[in-house]
Amino acid sequence: MATEPINMELAGKCVNEFGGAIGMPQLCGEWFGNQIFWLVVALVAIYFILSRVALPRIGSVLAERQGTITNDIAAAEDLKVKATQAEAAYDKALIDARAEAQRIVAVAKADIQADLDKAIAKADAEIAAKTSESEKAIAEIRAGALKNVEEVAKDTALAIVEAMGSSADAKTVAAAVDAQMKG
Amino acid sequence: MAGEAHSEEAGLVFHPMDQFIVKPFFGDGGVSWYTITNSTVWMALAVLAVFALLVLGTSKRSVIPTRMQSVAELAYGFIYKMVEDICGKDGVKYFPYIMTLFMFIVFANFLGLLPMAYTPTSQIAVTALMAFAVFFGVTILGFVKNGASFLGLFWVSSAPLALRPILALIEVISYFVRPVSHSIRLAGNMMAGHAVIKVFAGFAAIAAIAPFSILAITAMYGLEILVSFIQAYVFTILTCVYLKDALHPHH
Repeated sequence: MATEPINMELAGKCVNEFGGAIGMPQLCGEWFGNQIFWLVVALVAIYFILSRVALPRIGSVLAERQGTITNDIAAAEDLKVKATQAEAAYDKALIDARAEAQRIVAVAKADIQADLDKAIAKADAEIAAKTSESEKAIAEIRAGALKNVEEVAKDTALAIVEAMGSSADAKTVAAAVDAQMKG
Repeated sequence: MAGEAHSEEAGLVFHPMDQFIVKPFFGDGGVSWYTITNSTVWMALAVLAVFALLVLGTSKRSVIPTRMQSVAELAYGFIYKMVEDICGKDGVKYFPYIMTLFMFIVFANFLGLLPMAYTPTSQIAVTALMAFAVFFGVTILGFVKNGASFLGLFWVSSAPLALRPILALIEVISYFVRPVSHSIRLAGNMMAGHAVIKVFAGFAAIAAIAPFSILAITAMYGLEILVSFIQAYVFTILTCVYLKDALHPHH
């Protein structure tokens, strides 16, 4: 049975007379050298491609990306701190402005109060002056009236005395009227 | 048997293993060590794909990445984090080697899923070379870094004294089995998936079964996409674990 696979393989053949496989072609020693040679070539080629070009490049790209990300995160944190600071400054400005406004309001109120007080005092003084002037005028008017009353009384008395037929001295009449009025 | 399948008899014809045959890409003839074969071409395409993704994809070096660039960065971050997590800070300087293995395997696996493609990682010669490179590299590194104390890896100091020689024997055996399992896992997974797809494709010759065959191929293809990535991931993570053992041999 020269065509049994094991016999053909033992005879150092890798393929049968039709070019087909006998058993496992993987075990054909005749092809080992070729595969090993080209595998070594392929692996060395890949090794040089990787170690000279690809891996340093990818490594640097990854490192660069890591750096970019780290920088961006740091920048973002910076900005965040700045934003917080700006917020604090804004709050402070707001509080300051509010205090300032209150102060201004208080000052204005005090000013107005002072002006008001002054105006009231002035008005009071004017009123007082006017009152005293009026009182004086009233007193004068009253004094004038009394004097008129006296003269009218004297004239009337003198006229009455003359009408009663006796001549009367004006001075005597006046003195009598005065005495009556005082009494 | 494959020999019988090639005879002129009628009926279903399966050649699930033919896809793994290495043959010259240009013309016919023998396969000598320098011949450009189908395997060579697909390895070269994997190299080009790695170049396209990791070099052309990142050529703009944008801080805000394009799609290609973010995939490249994702791959970089994925393996870098894996190396850093497993091997620690001092393992990071071996990151390019591990990245090389991962990128080659992942692209070879995925390109192998294209119709008519050839999958270099389904070949035991390919995976064994990588696994033994890792094995010898890690072993030599372990002795260079730690001297004789690297052998402490096999001496489980946390176990009871009586058990330690037995554990040491088991540890030594498992250590030397590492490259075998490491390589066969990847090649076996890739080979099995592709062979199964081919078998299902063979059933499509019967009209009544063809729809199920196509469904099955679709399902297997989805599974293979998963396996392609997972096996690349597993190979890489095991490499990291072995490297960790070399850097910190004490349990």
